[in-house]
Amino acid sequence: MKAVVLLDFWASPFGQRCRIALAEKGVEYEYREENIHGDKSPLLLQSNPVYKKIPVLILDGKPVCESLIIVQYIDEAWPDRAPLLPADPYARAQARFWADFVDKKVRRCSPCVRSMSSIRNTAFLVPSNVFTHQVCESAKKLWTPKGEAQDAAKEEFIEILRLLEGELGDKKYFGGDAFGFVDIALVPFTTWFYSCETYAGFSVEEAVPKLVAWSKRCLERGSVAKSLYDPLEVYEFVKKIFG
Amino acid sequence: MAAAEGGEVKLIGSWPSPFVLRARVALNLKGVEYEYLQEKPGPKSELLLRSNPVYKKIPVLLHHCKPVCESMIIVEYVDVVWAAATRAILPADPYERALHRFWAAYIDGKLFPSVVAIAKDEPKMAKVEAVEQLHTGIKLMEEAFERLSKGKGFFGGDAIGYLDIALGCFLGWFKVCEEVTGLKFLDEEKSPLLVGWAERFCSDEAVKDVMPENERLEEYTKLCRAFAAD
Repeated sequence: MKAVVLLDFWASPFGQRCRIALAEKGVEYEYREENIHGDKSPLLLQSNPVYKKIPVLILDGKPVCESLIIVQYIDEAWPDRAPLLPADPYARAQARFWADFVDKKVRRCSPCVRSMSSIRNTAFLVPSNVFTHQVCESAKKLWTPKGEAQDAAKEEFIEILRLLEGELGDKKYFGGDAFGFVDIALVPFTTWFYSCETYAGFSVEEAVPKLVAWSKRCLERGSVAKSLYDPLEVYEFVKKIFG
Repeated sequence: MAAAEGGEVKLIGSWPSPFVLRARVALNLKGVEYEYLQEKPGPKSELLLRSNPVYKKIPVLLHHCKPVCESMIIVEYVDVVWAAATRAILPADPYERALHRFWAAYIDGKLFPSVVAIAKDEPKMAKVEAVEQLHTGIKLMEEAFERLSKGKGFFGGDAIGYLDIALGCFLGWFKVCEEVTGLKFLDEEKSPLLVGWAERFCSDEAVKDVMPENERLEEYTKLCRAFAAD
């Protein structure tokens, strides 16, 4: 086994965060795809016995779990290049706050947190945080047929994106001129926007044009371009889950 | 007491909150002088709404009038800003830091909702499920303590660290859960290491004057349950 291994699933936005961070740091690693439709590998079960989920970063046999914790670990383990968090303590606290906001709010509305009963065995799709029940309820509303519940979920989702756009403002990236932690936390979810728009009938670009422009800037970075998948490919994957 | 690093420090909080307690313990560990602003029952203060417009929740640390929100983010901020004051709260090694952060996130993700469900009789999670989750969680934390403490008194080693703060500030609420259910969650037989650690944590200088008394927490819980029932 190589010194750095990432247990992952191609479509997982959480795994993509780790891939982007490793690419930013220029770290060579072995990518291992987990079969989410089948049994979890013994290595995954051994490396993440608490949640049994990807992504897991294994460095010299020692596993690190939870994507934002992995990204911070990558930043601290390779401190000599491409800092992912700002040096200033207050700016760092703000970066952590907004990345945590993405985890609490944006992932709620994305299809990767759908009903547990239909995808219980999938290694990445069920979130490991406290909001599981609320999350699934919220996601179901966005991803199920038209009606009041879906409209409310759509409004909630747009409101969350607007808050993020407000935080971005006119900056190039969330941290200013330097690509970093919040950008990494959020950008993988942008490839799910097309799916959200198609299912719930709205335009993300109309609602949050600055955020969409930011996502395009991020995609110009090699680390992001090679880690994310085309929105249409994501949509095909979503259709398989939701029908 | 450490100087307030060139700026005043305020903490907006509420005495029953384990999250507020985390911030207070971190500030006390660093010997930071701060003004504690207790939120009154009823409508949230203008200052809180202005300082945390996203969640409108305590704790909020105000340093040079700039707000820092979310308890463990506050703890990390305090650790870095007052780095010179005393020993570090987070371990130096990146892997150890990742483990402390992982377990702190586990506490927030799994233990906290169980505690709320049991103490406040929350309908969002069945009581049976909550009790099971709390038992499982404490078992995992006992194992984590054995690995991380390396035979010393705290998760952080010789002194209170990040994970001690994350878990320790729930100790009062674990006792409330025991009162409510008649069950033991932290016991000598199943979690002997944590029982010893809990005593050390609660009697620490940085904790003992700010940890709410059990009777007060139990009264508060009874009131919350009475309000919920109305």
